[in-house]
Amino acid sequence: MKHRLMFTGKKLIRMALLLLGVSLAAFLLMSASPLDPLQTNVGQAALGTMSQEQIAKLEDYWGANTPPVERYLGWLGDFVRGDMGTSLLYRQPVSQVIGQRLQNSLWLMAFAWVISGVLGLTLGVLAGANRGKPVDKIIRGYCWLISSTPAFWLALVLLVVFSVWLGLFPIGLSVPIGADAASVTLADRLYHAFLPALTLSITGVANIAMHTREKMADIMESDYVLFAKARGESTRSIVLRHGLRNVALPAITLQFASISEIFGGSVLVEQVFSYPGLGQAAVNAGLGSDLPLLLGITVVSAAIVFGGNLIADLLYGVVDPKIRRGVARK
Amino acid sequence: MEPILEVKDLSISFTQYGRGTKQVLLPVIRDLSLTIAPGQVVAVVGSSGSGKSLLAHGILGILPYNSHMAGEITFLGQPLTPKRAEKVRGKEIVLVPQGVTYLDPLMKVGPQIRKGRWDQSARQASRAVLERYGLGADTEERYPFELSGGMARRVLIATAAAETPKLVIADEPTPGLDARSAKRVLGHFREMADSGAGVLLITHDLELALTIADRVAVFYAGETVEEANAADFTAGKLRHPYTRALWNALPQNGFVPIPGAQPGPGEVGEGCPFAPRCPKQQPECLGPVPYREWDGGLVHCLDPEGGE
Repeated sequence: MKHRLMFTGKKLIRMALLLLGVSLAAFLLMSASPLDPLQTNVGQAALGTMSQEQIAKLEDYWGANTPPVERYLGWLGDFVRGDMGTSLLYRQPVSQVIGQRLQNSLWLMAFAWVISGVLGLTLGVLAGANRGKPVDKIIRGYCWLISSTPAFWLALVLLVVFSVWLGLFPIGLSVPIGADAASVTLADRLYHAFLPALTLSITGVANIAMHTREKMADIMESDYVLFAKARGESTRSIVLRHGLRNVALPAITLQFASISEIFGGSVLVEQVFSYPGLGQAAVNAGLGSDLPLLLGITVVSAAIVFGGNLIADLLYGVVDPKIRRGVARK
Repeated sequence: MEPILEVKDLSISFTQYGRGTKQVLLPVIRDLSLTIAPGQVVAVVGSSGSGKSLLAHGILGILPYNSHMAGEITFLGQPLTPKRAEKVRGKEIVLVPQGVTYLDPLMKVGPQIRKGRWDQSARQASRAVLERYGLGADTEERYPFELSGGMARRVLIATAAAETPKLVIADEPTPGLDARSAKRVLGHFREMADSGAGVLLITHDLELALTIADRVAVFYAGETVEEANAADFTAGKLRHPYTRALWNALPQNGFVPIPGAQPGPGEVGEGCPFAPRCPKQQPECLGPVPYREWDGGLVHCLDPEGGE
């Protein structure tokens, strides 16, 4: 137990350093961006009609006159005290914007995460256990096809087929247009999240399935599977009893590592579906020079991805008897 | 008495890709013959790389998909077809593999012995069989990585003894064990034979094999060069020059090495595989060499020792 606490403590320190690095990198990229906040947000034409005082006021608002070091340290100081600042675009506290957006995205990502995990594992195990057979070839072919398909393009195709041609799903947003917020039901949300989540799942499956297949194929060639065969165990029993057990550890790693990919994918997919999630907010913040919001989103998403990996590491200690028993005996 | 296992002219080869897309048949075992009677321990002795393990896998019908097997295998008087092998393996024919890597690293010993059965009688049986090999009840709760080399070996034997086998195939059951543990492990196979089963002991250790074997088949580059009674060795009644060389290479018999190395699969011509290293080599050795009865044993040589 003491060992596990130490392990978690070390990881948390590492996480703090990582978040510091990530926020700094995001800030530097933003500072180096050639986009002029005034021109992008106010517009060239509007700027032309304004007086010098008005422009100076706006420059102050967008932070164009503050030296970068001061801006970053100011943000960092507030952040450490728990204040993520106010979004310049949404004119709301960053924490509130992120909270709202994250809630929308979380639906999407959780759905995609579970589906791609379950489906990826199933397909991977199936392909690996039947290596070289038609099942394997079909699954591999599918995975290659999907891996070489850009997520946004797939999103467009699904949108065209299911929303435009067939009219089965809405073409965008997370709730019905014009509906009162109080009247939006869970079913409405799921209905709107379905296509974006499907896109994310389809692209996520390929990666997990291919990695799982590789592991499963290795397991099927291992000494212990050969021995199980020699002991008269059926292929079914070998896959269920030995295959799944041994593929579980790499599967946990894959599953939690895929959080970052789903996060990345959601940025593009939300854009295509005009889905008001965290990914879309990140794009808006980046293009609109909304520094507090962008840094907030970067840090929060980095923390979520890191948290996923941390959970995987901790689960390893629970699942892998070598770690569990090895630690217990010390 | 009807033999338990009869192997006649068994050949195993692998399909491999040679240059480009040309497929090449790579022979690994050639014309192997072997007979095991009930209560007998027959040792197949050969250096590593001679194809011994494949013999075990061939009998069990668990060769890799790119292999081909020819010849006849008879088990209890009936031909051992792939279908029948699938039915009897793990029940009437059991394998005792080389080491701990043959156990599922993430499954406790108990469930592995029980092969997925959970009922009370299976639990009692697994406990009893572990006890028989001096392993306590706590062994059931251990993972393979928590077993010592000797314990792992005994667990593997226990998996075999948990069934009621007619034929036990032991594939290199002793490497990595000290002399005492190795003798003890081999003693367990002798016990199985004494209770009526046939034991096929595959090993590279001639000296150790002789301590329990009734008959010994000497294996060289995928071929049985000689089959003899174990007693013949101590009596100095050896037939094939390779057997003689193997015997002389033992520490207590002079520790004499011979030059050269065993040819690998595909490097053997039609003739005797040992010819290039043989002190009595003749031009005829490169042609077909018959496997014949000689002085109470079988030998694959044109000019064997002993006899008339």
